[in-house]
Amino acid sequence: MAGRPEGGASRIRSRVMHFGPHLLLAALEGLVTSAVLALTALGLSLVFGVMRIVNVAHGEFFMLGAVLAWAVSTAISGHPAVGFVAALVIAPLLVGLAAFLAEWLVLRRLNYNPESTIVATIGMLYIIQQLALTFYGPEARPVEPPFSYRILLPWFGYSGYKLSVVAASAILLVLTWLVLTRTKVGLIMRATQYDRETAQAFGIPVERVYAGVFAIGAMLAAIAAVLIVPISQAHYLMGQDPLLLSFIVVIIGGLGSLRGTVVAAILIGLSDGIISVFFSPTLAKIIATLVVAMVLVFRPQGLFGTAPR
Amino acid sequence: MRDASPAKIYALHVGVIALLFALNFVLPDYHQGLFARIMALAVFAMGYNLLFGYVGLLSLGHAMFFSAGLYGAGLTVYHLGWGVAEAFIAGIACGALLALVIGLLALRTSGVAFMIVTMMFAQVFYLLILYFAAWTGGDQGLVVQQAARTLNLDGAPLDLTNPTVRYMSALALFAVVLIATLAVVRSRFGRVLVAVRENEERTKMLGYDTVANKLAAVVLSGTICAASGAAYALLFGYIGSSFASVQYSILPLLWVLLGGAATTLGPLIGTLFMYYVTDITSGFTSAYLLIVGVALILLVLFAPKGILGSIRQRWLGWLP
Repeated sequence: MAGRPEGGASRIRSRVMHFGPHLLLAALEGLVTSAVLALTALGLSLVFGVMRIVNVAHGEFFMLGAVLAWAVSTAISGHPAVGFVAALVIAPLLVGLAAFLAEWLVLRRLNYNPESTIVATIGMLYIIQQLALTFYGPEARPVEPPFSYRILLPWFGYSGYKLSVVAASAILLVLTWLVLTRTKVGLIMRATQYDRETAQAFGIPVERVYAGVFAIGAMLAAIAAVLIVPISQAHYLMGQDPLLLSFIVVIIGGLGSLRGTVVAAILIGLSDGIISVFFSPTLAKIIATLVVAMVLVFRPQGLFGTAPR
Repeated sequence: MRDASPAKIYALHVGVIALLFALNFVLPDYHQGLFARIMALAVFAMGYNLLFGYVGLLSLGHAMFFSAGLYGAGLTVYHLGWGVAEAFIAGIACGALLALVIGLLALRTSGVAFMIVTMMFAQVFYLLILYFAAWTGGDQGLVVQQAARTLNLDGAPLDLTNPTVRYMSALALFAVVLIATLAVVRSRFGRVLVAVRENEERTKMLGYDTVANKLAAVVLSGTICAASGAAYALLFGYIGSSFASVQYSILPLLWVLLGGAATTLGPLIGTLFMYYVTDITSGFTSAYLLIVGVALILLVLFAPKGILGSIRQRWLGWLP
């Protein structure tokens, strides 16, 4: 995701740069991809883990976050940082609201049947995509980064913003982990994930937990999109790649395992960044998709997960 | 299905085919072309229905079987200069082989994993088409020239670009597949497939090899979809990567859900209905995907059995 726009430039630079620095650059690009991917995939993984449904519209919530970030930051004048911070707050909240409504109006009525919810979220995918095309248009539009500091390494300069994306993502991941393992909200979520019926018997409002989890999952994707949009640009079709990559990460990492998701995101992000600097991005995608399909076929619990109960 | 005589059921299906035959002479040019397309794509939906409706396996990757037929037929004509008949067989063979390989792999999984695995294999297939753009034409696609699309029947050339010939060819394929599907679902094999859908464990316990039956269903379904793709390439002369995209895996699902899963005529009705809804609404809106999305959600919410499924439930219990 993040590596693409820079890919062409780095390929040209490779003529003057040696292998080591080139690899470092590819790794840094990969790290940025990993950071964004980890957040997006965590959202997907939470929804699957707790609600046992596959949200095919997850990539569209990502796209919606980016498009709304553009709308918010252009509506607000002044220093780019002000607009960006506003976008970082407002866009995920709006996406969360949209996801909450979708859960309330559609998924709940389907009683979370796995197959019906897949069909329904496919429907949502098309609706969100078409609405974005109608109201936002087919153009790719940039959002100005909040600051444009470049860190000078001995071989090349590197965007400080990109490194701050990695830091922000790491902080958010740690926060999510703390919420899940150290708070009452997290305990309720884990209880619902572990056994829905017992949780209900103990007075946990399962439906409200589901609505909340679905909204939080979409918000994580939206936050990831707001972070990436100053690097990549907002476009109505930008949700496709993150969706597929998130699936890959969630499957490799083992469904519902936070640690697995993060490790897999770093693995996939780095290898995607490095492979697509040295080879064609299409080939990189083909290999990654095929490998993951094979993992699902021969090791369905993921590389780091344990066998299902 | 229980009290209907086979004669009544076959009469209904032959009647539908006869009606479509008669429509050729009544329909205006534009609708004649549209109907030819709808019949070719209804074959795709019927292939999908065999797996989704009768076996209960929801695949999100059937675009790869359709486009295996499309490219199998289109590329052999385009690059090797094969005749229409050989190319059609080549397309079907490509689809059957692909379905066998995918079936062997994907059937190791079930449920949600099956959907994701099929979607990923289809994505790989789609990316391969883009990657080998030098031969496949990538996302631009290729146009199969009119001159190459002539069927030679003992020296009597049959021009597939002629509207009536095209309509009749599509109808012929549709009729063969419709009757074949009907025969399959009424056969012993078809009943085993439904048993697998209803309760796989019990079917296994009764001594049926469920994996072999499911594999046979995947191959049959993939082959029918490939036949649709091959016919589409030869009749309409365009092959492009968009036919392999996720959207073309979703469309047959939509058509089948709309018409009625596990009904023999549902795929035709769903395809026809969806095509005309899109055609009519395209007059005042370009938001085609919005309609698809809304239709999918409304269907799963309010009419999960589809048009024919609901009719069968309420009035005509004998519908196959």
